[in-house]
Amino acid sequence: MESRRRNEFFVNLRRWFLLPSWLWMGVLFAAPFAIVLAYSFLTPGVYGGVNPPWTAESYRRLIDPVYLWILLRSFVLALAATGLCLLFAYPAALFISRAGRRKNLYLQLVILPFWTSFLVRTYAWMFLLRDTGLINTVLESLGIIHHPLPLLYNDGAVLLGLVYGYLPFMVLPIYATLERLDPTLAEAAADLGARPWATLFRVLIPLSKPGIVAGCVLVFIPSLGAYLTPDLLGGGRTVMIGNLVQNQFTTARDWSFGSAASIVLMLLVTALLWIFLRRQSEPLA
Amino acid sequence: MNPILELRVLVKHYAGQRAVDGISLSIPAGGFFSLLGPSGCGKTTTLRLIAGFEQPTSGEVLLGGEVVNDRRPYERNVSTVFQSYALFPHLTAQQNVEFGLRRRRCTDIAERVRQAIELVGLTGKESRRPAQLSGGERQRVALARSLVLQPDVLLLDEPLAALDPKLRQQMRLELKAMQRRIGITFLLVTHDQAEALSMSTALAVMNQGRIEQTGSPEELYLRPRTAFVAGFLGGVNWIGPVGVRPESTRISRQPPANGARSQPAVVTGVVFLGDCIQVLARLISGEEAVVPVPRGEASFAAGDAVHLSWNPADEMSFL
Repeated sequence: MESRRRNEFFVNLRRWFLLPSWLWMGVLFAAPFAIVLAYSFLTPGVYGGVNPPWTAESYRRLIDPVYLWILLRSFVLALAATGLCLLFAYPAALFISRAGRRKNLYLQLVILPFWTSFLVRTYAWMFLLRDTGLINTVLESLGIIHHPLPLLYNDGAVLLGLVYGYLPFMVLPIYATLERLDPTLAEAAADLGARPWATLFRVLIPLSKPGIVAGCVLVFIPSLGAYLTPDLLGGGRTVMIGNLVQNQFTTARDWSFGSAASIVLMLLVTALLWIFLRRQSEPLA
Repeated sequence: MNPILELRVLVKHYAGQRAVDGISLSIPAGGFFSLLGPSGCGKTTTLRLIAGFEQPTSGEVLLGGEVVNDRRPYERNVSTVFQSYALFPHLTAQQNVEFGLRRRRCTDIAERVRQAIELVGLTGKESRRPAQLSGGERQRVALARSLVLQPDVLLLDEPLAALDPKLRQQMRLELKAMQRRIGITFLLVTHDQAEALSMSTALAVMNQGRIEQTGSPEELYLRPRTAFVAGFLGGVNWIGPVGVRPESTRISRQPPANGARSQPAVVTGVVFLGDCIQVLARLISGEEAVVPVPRGEASFAAGDAVHLSWNPADEMSFL
């Protein structure tokens, strides 16, 4: 009797402890999501806002080659950014995991960019890449080029910005899995005749798969929805789906269409993630 | 016959310490050799220098008569059974054993793997992953994984330390029998003197980065050249300037009549050990001695005046 009452007490306590999380999720995720979902099925007002009646008109308008093209571009750019991040991050993570006493120093360097605002850092890239920027100025003064290279306001610049911005999110989870690996496994591989590349592809990469998967998810999702980077580095054009959504809420004043576009983006990301994680979740050890 | 493995004045400095301090060793092919010593004596570092995981500060490692200092671990025909086994957790037992053969692009992989798995008695468990195997089975996979490559020397780093005592006893016999059958040179590193004495054809006792003595188990146990070797391999009663093994020490109430040497002593305690009784006695010099006495023989009690005697041939004297 006594123990049951105590049990109930703890169950109640647990509920109270979870309350802040529920409030947080409710106010900052569920409610906005419901609002966006509702907006997407309403009729846009003339100066923004939405009005009745309910309609699926916004979704119908989305099925247009122009928008499908933007969606496709977003996917390709996000995929490329994820791939490049993996390519750069894996060797870095491996290096840091074997750096001994300097590990913490290198980890600090990886997260150093977070000390300043992402916006400021993106502007810094603009100063580096523009026609009168540092890179073009130096190259011209050295006589290597005579006309400034088109470094800014194109897909390459957007890709650069995405890779730069999200690289730490790839390095850290991969580092975390490599750090936990028994170092004698790599020694055992070499002992059995594996050259360094074989050790990398047959032992280290398979065993750090959880970190690779986590890193890819952490880079791909924000890259797909990115709007600041493509907006600033991609020029005025609508480069990615994030810019499309932003434009609908600002210049185009079509809140309903913007909401529909974000809902579609979200469903696509969820579906992709689900497929991806299901394929990765085969039992390992 | 040329030695399969030779170490020439091998030195390894670690953070200012001399982990290995000038070791020279010559191991003939086909035997079971042990490096025995307390933890921190440099025996594991020596093994890592042979495998190629560490580079010596000075000195040479020779395999089959060739200096291999500049060869990477994957270029040396030795293989290590790690203390932790270091099996690849994402691969099955079969894939673990195949690993080395695939790296060497061998042709008859399936047959050689089958034989190796049979040799260690793991037939039927090929498709299990390390996590699904017991400690003893994991060790067998580690053995098969190394033996399948037919290395010049198989290096074993405290391979039995992680097993429970009963299994350890059994694996001692199995390892020794396996070595005789396949004829590959085994080099075992251990801190367990019973392990080294029971399995080796020859062994070296190490202390503080140096080799104290090398020889057969009998030689080292019966004719230790230093007090350290005598004490590390078994019990020693220090009687005057010489040492006598407890099992070679006799205890009696009367001084012995035959030509044996003896010293008077006083019994300080009696310990019942089951299979025998241990009598503790203090000599006039103040040294404590231990004498095992069969159960049922004359009983001794603390305070008894006795004589400890021994055969001069059993004396161990050191410089």
